[in-house]
Amino acid sequence: MMPHQYPALTTEQKKELQEIAERITAPGKGILAADESTGSMGKRLNPIGVENTEENRRLYRQLLFTADERMDACIGGVIFFHETLYQNADDGTNFSQLIKDRGIVVGIKVDKGVVPLAGTDGETTTQGLDGLAERCAQYKKDGADFAKWRSVLKISDNTPSELAIMENANVLARYASICQQNGIVPIVEPEILPDGDHDLKRCQYITEKVLSAVYKALSDHHVYLEGTLLKPNMVTPGHSCPQKYTNEEIAMATVTALRRTVPPAVTGVTFLSGGQSEEEASINLNAINTCPLGKPWALTFSYGRALQASALNAWRGERDNEKAAAEEFLKRAEVNGLAAQGKYESTGDSGAAGQSLYVANHAY
Amino acid sequence: MTHQFPALSSGQKQELQEIALRIVTPGKGILAADESVGSMAKRLNQIGVENTEENRRQYRQILFRADDRINSCIGGVIFFHETLYQHADDGTPFVKMIKDRGITVGIKVDKGVVPLAGTNGESTTQGLDGLSERCVQYKKDGANFAKWRCVFKISETTPSKLSIEENANVLARYSSICQQHGIVPIVEPEILSDGDHDLRRCQYVTEKVLAALYKAMSDHHVYLEGTLLKPNMATPGHSCPTKYSAEEVAMATVTALRRTVPPAVTGVTFLSGGQSEEEASVHLNAINNCSLVKPWALTFSYGRALQVSALKTWRGHKENESAATEQFIKRAEVNGLACQGKYTGGGDSESDQIYVANHAY
Repeated sequence: MMPHQYPALTTEQKKELQEIAERITAPGKGILAADESTGSMGKRLNPIGVENTEENRRLYRQLLFTADERMDACIGGVIFFHETLYQNADDGTNFSQLIKDRGIVVGIKVDKGVVPLAGTDGETTTQGLDGLAERCAQYKKDGADFAKWRSVLKISDNTPSELAIMENANVLARYASICQQNGIVPIVEPEILPDGDHDLKRCQYITEKVLSAVYKALSDHHVYLEGTLLKPNMVTPGHSCPQKYTNEEIAMATVTALRRTVPPAVTGVTFLSGGQSEEEASINLNAINTCPLGKPWALTFSYGRALQASALNAWRGERDNEKAAAEEFLKRAEVNGLAAQGKYESTGDSGAAGQSLYVANHAY
Repeated sequence: MTHQFPALSSGQKQELQEIALRIVTPGKGILAADESVGSMAKRLNQIGVENTEENRRQYRQILFRADDRINSCIGGVIFFHETLYQHADDGTPFVKMIKDRGITVGIKVDKGVVPLAGTNGESTTQGLDGLSERCVQYKKDGANFAKWRCVFKISETTPSKLSIEENANVLARYSSICQQHGIVPIVEPEILSDGDHDLRRCQYVTEKVLAALYKAMSDHHVYLEGTLLKPNMATPGHSCPTKYSAEEVAMATVTALRRTVPPAVTGVTFLSGGQSEEEASVHLNAINNCSLVKPWALTFSYGRALQVSALKTWRGHKENESAATEQFIKRAEVNGLACQGKYTGGGDSESDQIYVANHAY
């Protein structure tokens, strides 16, 4: 190692990064992940019978971004896709400017998608490092103060492999290092997919191994943790796992995994929703925030589908439905704002998992 | 490895976590009375006492005979092997004396440093051979935690990558073995304060060492809730010309820990190194008053910083024993306050006056 430090950042740079991270995860606030790529937007628009055109994508993001002031109390940041950062509202206002003017931090997805890792059982790493420094400098000028990069890991009999864990941890750390050089807070997303029939304990175990590797890599790459956010999966059973778990069990497994791996210096944890329904994602987030273990980081949301599913259904591409669609979005935003403080009392159907089986604080 | 082969049952984990919690109960810390025979020689020579087994027994008796006042500030005592099997004058085993007052018994299990060939004077620590069997015996004989010390040195070329990785690995192996036998491992990656490096350099090296340590602990499937960490505070080197306030030392120390020590670790029990008794207390107090969020207990595991005055008062004379015990109790109580951030003593003016605002390092 090098016993000498060659400081990567000045005190001012660190201060700026930490303040951005704190602003995004201020109490009661979370992130709207509106960074679906063009391909992903196709998957969202097709089911509601809307053509995947640039104009439709613009109209759709507009209805989210022009939601009323209720949004400002519960959304701390919005993640943009590149195209969206340069689109305008009907009145000509640039979307990035519009969001910034509301006091919400603008973020940008900077990775360029997954690519195969040869010699593995269908595993991937993520590309996007080429020219990233220059892109970050430009995005910063264009209003972005944070970025997001998604790596993907899968649970099966042979995966994730040591290579997949190590390579993805490394590329996440390189991305984080480059972002910070350009005043951009990196959100680090090591998503472990819920596909499979593995149980809760297995997901917890793998989450711990993956996060441990991520933070070792971040240390090796001299990343300033106070100026980062983590976007992990919650610890959940696989989609086809026959066993059912309560929200408290999911919360306990999630918080335990984070406590064993995420240093307190990390400013916030902004969970991805993965395949969870809107309500499930909120209830689980709430249970996480009421878990009795010590939790020294903010624990909030960075939701895409879990904030937008109802809004998309209400919109169905009709301008007349825009207000109603925005209402659906605001409803989920406010619910998650409460859940991020452990103050959400679900009245409706919370699914088969129910809330009555409280799991005592025990060691996993 | 994508499949877990659980190292410990739920019952084993619960026992380990409870032991760790008991040691670092709020207001409590550890008396490190595990000086080897060689180290005791250094202590006893300085006060003109011969380093015999009997003298070592009498000296430890002075500490262990302290009255009930230490029950609220000492959560654990680390023994050296010889001491674990010694008795008080009235025949009571030392282990029993300590256990009976609700204090947890610990045992130093490493076998000292050995050189790492090809490095600039660096070392690793030996003691893994037969450690499993020794742990079983120690557990039978009353020990519920253990301690293992690794050493790092700051210089132009050290610590090297090999030294960091090798020591982190051996600490993780030791931890893994201890936990298999119901023994809570205290993990001590001491970075010596020798040198003229500044506070920032020590903080940087501490962060790198601890990051490697916790990666190794994860790789070796160690149950963090059932461990304690015994690190150095982040301090300038002994010959560093720059002076720092207690708050600066505290901020650097807490920042380094926040960047590397997962919240699951039950407690951090600082070593005192070369600090004076008062310095060690004042620093611990400042650490506990640091405004940053600190999710682990932050307390003491002091050897010299609890015993220096007691030794000087004793000087090997029976008639000084009571007074010597009093000196120890005094330091124990002061540190019991310091680990709660409640120590208001410490007349060292410069440390109190230069408050450093909460800023990023």
